[in-house]
Amino acid sequence: MEIPAIVGAGLVVIGAGIGIGRIGGSAMDAIARQPEATGKIQTAMLIAAALIEGIGFAALFAV
Amino acid sequence: MRRKISLKPITLFLLLITFVSFGQEGHGDGEQKTDLKTEIKEYIQHHLQDSYDFSLTSYTKDSGEHVYVGFPLPVILWDNGLKVFSSSKFHHGESVAEVDGNFYKVHHAKIYKVDGVHGEIIEDDSHHATNEKPLDFSITKNVFLIMMVLSMMFIMFRRMASGYQKNGGMPKGLGRILEPIVLYVRDDIAKPNIGEKHYKKYMSYLLTVFFFVWIVNLFGLTPIGINVTNNIAITFCLAMITYFITTFSGNKNYWKHIFWMPGVPVPMKIILAPIELLGTIIKPFSLMIRLYANITAGHIVLMSIIGMMFVFHNWIGSSLSFVLAFVLGLLELLVAALQAYIFTVLSALYFGMAVEEHDHDEAH
Repeated sequence: MEIPAIVGAGLVVIGAGIGIGRIGGSAMDAIARQPEATGKIQTAMLIAAALIEGIGFAALFAV
Repeated sequence: MRRKISLKPITLFLLLITFVSFGQEGHGDGEQKTDLKTEIKEYIQHHLQDSYDFSLTSYTKDSGEHVYVGFPLPVILWDNGLKVFSSSKFHHGESVAEVDGNFYKVHHAKIYKVDGVHGEIIEDDSHHATNEKPLDFSITKNVFLIMMVLSMMFIMFRRMASGYQKNGGMPKGLGRILEPIVLYVRDDIAKPNIGEKHYKKYMSYLLTVFFFVWIVNLFGLTPIGINVTNNIAITFCLAMITYFITTFSGNKNYWKHIFWMPGVPVPMKIILAPIELLGTIIKPFSLMIRLYANITAGHIVLMSIIGMMFVFHNWIGSSLSFVLAFVLGLLELLVAALQAYIFTVLSALYFGMAVEEHDHDEAH
């Protein structure tokens, strides 16, 4: 049985979603612990999320 | 205060009326439904493409005449000599343009040379046109918007700068809105990533790229509907500028970390060198893909959901799509700023890597 490419893209998007969710959750924890470092944490969070997002888009465009 | 509250039910009523009328429009047979879907698909395709004329909208009159609202832009071709003519000669891609005995036709938003007035585009098996393609330097919709944004930014920031000189360093007018953003780019993007010592050299590029990407993204969300950053050629050029600045400002340490990574055993150094070298190209490549893909995907999703308002035949589905489109529109506003921010931060990060100085030992 052949698995269509779109299923693979869906799996990648699930993975990317979990990844970005974990980054966001961890950033929340970190901000709750050290509210004074909010700015730095947010920057690092956005950069990491952007890197994962790139993988998600690569999968979408491969379909 | 009371007036404000009484407006709410009226607004809601008007909204519902709109949806009910939309819903009634599509009470045709199944064939009409698929037609609507293909029409929406074509519209999205058209929206994402660059075009030779600046068209805001088009509609069909009762008499069957197709009316376009907009204006033509100049077409500049190099085909055994410079050829300049107005894109109105194409009649919105519907007819062949004749210039100095040569015939040109628009096919999938690109200009091809054809034999005569009734010349056809010849396609091969994989649906690629085999016709000759002249070198194209046309002022297309995207080029037009880039020029517009650049001149707008130039006037805006020149006036701001002269305002600061006249007022003795006090911002006024637009400067009051933009000063915090400029300071944010300097203090939170450039300084921490590049470092106090070198950041000044890169500020002009970082500010330009930040405001350019941001304004262009915002223009993509207006009803003018010109979407520049979903053209991969443009994000490619932006990424190339970042790549060149990084490469040419790289100091001794930067190249040492690429070709002969300090602090690791020699066999590992040999393995790491090609990986690091590839990394220098992957970095701008990911910049290009990220901006392009984010904006393209955002627009496809947003327009599909707007299209769904017309596909649904009941007012529940349509109003749900409307709410979804509204929320997504707000999200796109955020994404427009976020992508400009990410592009600037990552560019600053790469510049920072290039100019970083290592005073300490090679133990890391």
